[in-house]
Amino acid sequence: MAQRQSFQVGTGLFILLGFAALAYLATQTTSLANYSQGASYDIVARFTNIGQLKLRAPVKVAGVRVGSVAGIALEPEKLDAKVTLSIDDRFDKIPDDSAAAIFTSGLLGDQYVALQPGGSPTNFKSGDEVVLTQSSMQLEELIGKYLVGGDAGKPKPDASTDKK
Amino acid sequence: MNATPAPKPDAAAVHEPLIRIRGLRTVLNGKTIFDGVDLDIPRGRVTAVMGPSGTGKTTLIRHITGQLRPDAGEIVVDGQSVWKLGRDALFDLREKIGYLFQNSALLTDFSVFENVAFPLRQHLKLPEEILRNIVLTKLQAVGLRGAANLMPNELSGGMMRRVALARAIVRDPMLIIYDEPFVGLDPIALNQIVKLIRTLNETLGVTAILVAHEFSAVRRVADHIHLLAGGKIVAHGTPDELARGETPWTRQFFSGEADGPVPFHYPAPDYARQLGLSA
Amino acid sequence: MTALRRPGLFTTGIAQIGACGIFLLHILRALPRSLRYLRETVRQVFFVGAMSLTIIMICGLFVGMVLGLQLYHTLSIFGGTAALGTVVALSLYRELGPVVTALLFAGRAGTSITAEIGLMRATDQLDAMEMMAVDPMAYVVAPRFLAGVIAMPLLACIFNALGIFGAHLVGVNWLGLDSGTFWSNMTSSVDVWTDVMNGVWKSAVFGAVCTLIATFQGYTTPPTSEGVAYATTRTVVFSSIATLAIDFVMTAFLM
Repeated sequence: MAQRQSFQVGTGLFILLGFAALAYLATQTTSLANYSQGASYDIVARFTNIGQLKLRAPVKVAGVRVGSVAGIALEPEKLDAKVTLSIDDRFDKIPDDSAAAIFTSGLLGDQYVALQPGGSPTNFKSGDEVVLTQSSMQLEELIGKYLVGGDAGKPKPDASTDKK
Repeated sequence: MNATPAPKPDAAAVHEPLIRIRGLRTVLNGKTIFDGVDLDIPRGRVTAVMGPSGTGKTTLIRHITGQLRPDAGEIVVDGQSVWKLGRDALFDLREKIGYLFQNSALLTDFSVFENVAFPLRQHLKLPEEILRNIVLTKLQAVGLRGAANLMPNELSGGMMRRVALARAIVRDPMLIIYDEPFVGLDPIALNQIVKLIRTLNETLGVTAILVAHEFSAVRRVADHIHLLAGGKIVAHGTPDELARGETPWTRQFFSGEADGPVPFHYPAPDYARQLGLSA
Repeated sequence: MTALRRPGLFTTGIAQIGACGIFLLHILRALPRSLRYLRETVRQVFFVGAMSLTIIMICGLFVGMVLGLQLYHTLSIFGGTAALGTVVALSLYRELGPVVTALLFAGRAGTSITAEIGLMRATDQLDAMEMMAVDPMAYVVAPRFLAGVIAMPLLACIFNALGIFGAHLVGVNWLGLDSGTFWSNMTSSVDVWTDVMNGVWKSAVFGAVCTLIATFQGYTTPPTSEGVAYATTRTVVFSSIATLAIDFVMTAFLM
């Protein structure tokens, strides 16, 4: 009987350990880890192009994570992207004239939203909109512009429509 | 006085043999093992099946227990045709059969006690105390109550055989099949096994089938002997009748001569020719 | 040579696969009945799972350390060492974790299952169970199969966790990568469902396949010591081939 007990204890420990490992992998090493723990408030930013920005991408101020992208939707009339940024309540001193830009971490890394603080005395509150936005830098566009600028003899077909 | 009399067992059913085999025919790997065997095992008796090695004595038993399907023929055990039973009915039938394996076949993971308790644990929900008593009683019967906590690999071959016997009888079966129970036993253990088989039969009226070659031991326990050779029952009778050796089969088998109806040599091409000696 | 000249080698192989498939059906049919032997299943989870922990943990740690070292040097060529955590995690979760765990499992638990069942066959224990009206498919085979399906994903998760730890050890503690970069890059690009859970499904399938092969080889082995030895070898060979082949198929479908 005692022998039987020890099997059950060993099996129990093994299963607990396995599930602990699974829980650790699932919550600590994946994007689930990026879910904000506490309360947060939402602000909205509109971009003409969000590139590869994904849901739950980080929102950073001065390179420090302050929140995440909570929603991405297309505005039907203006045909631009409305991105909802969920900012942790701890960071409630962000001036309401701050600018939002979509950057890429490293040369080929994931994209994130960077908030560049402005100088306004009032701060963002829930539901506010970021007025100044800078869309995602498209690597292809940059290369295209460079090619057009460098070699005028071979204009790209869509180069004429590209506004200066 | 007024008690309703218990329904008397049908007289015909009592005299009906427990096992009835008709026209059994089996071919294994191209070799004909049985060629029309008819055999009756009467209830409450010890019936021995003897025969030279390789005549399919064990195969015969595997047919009776439903482990191996014969090519033709009918096997009726306790009124049920074995090969027409579904899996569950077959298992129900097997629960009433105790089987002593030639090499004991104890479960190596379990102690002696748990081995004997195994059939009880699997099929009955007994309180631990009752189960303990049953198991210890059976172990006492085979003289191994003191070995209850040993593991099978700590036992000698003879002791394992006795544990296996305790396991075979733990559920008080209606039929016990002994497959070569005397092989490799020392005289003391052999004597005990012989006595046990006899006792089980006489006190509980258990039907037994015994497969063995040791005539000296078999004649002490068996009521009836069937001699199997060449795919047929070649002789049957009481031990004394067979010992008189009235047919060539019995004479050869019981006196152990190489020449006779049972070929000692496996079928082979001509000896001289195979050695390259033929002219 | 003689094996090649034997006429039915190809046919024998096909027949083996077919027999294995039929064996799987028998196991699945026996599964409901095997629930009565829950205690036996628990015991088997202990034997195939808990007893494999040491080898799984040690190998996981070293695989993670090697990955950390190799990828760090490769990534530093492109100036992308920041992605070390991501690359290690993705390669562990998606491929190395399930596959290496399955290979180790086949060597550690698969062989012991085959040898155990093969010896039970050789010593008539399986026949004895049948004669005691206990179905060996339900009592012996199905619990081991279930235990494999349960234990393998857990082992793979433990392997992965130790692998991440090993990579962190090498990348951060030894090669001086920033710990925050390591974790934040990993957490931003690893997804629970497409990466972690995909690996879990994969390893559950590997668990089923490896234990199926191990029990099949043990159950059908010729009852001799040579037969058991060959069956054990075949378990490792067939399990490894099957694991890698199924890995390819599953990756193609799950991606």
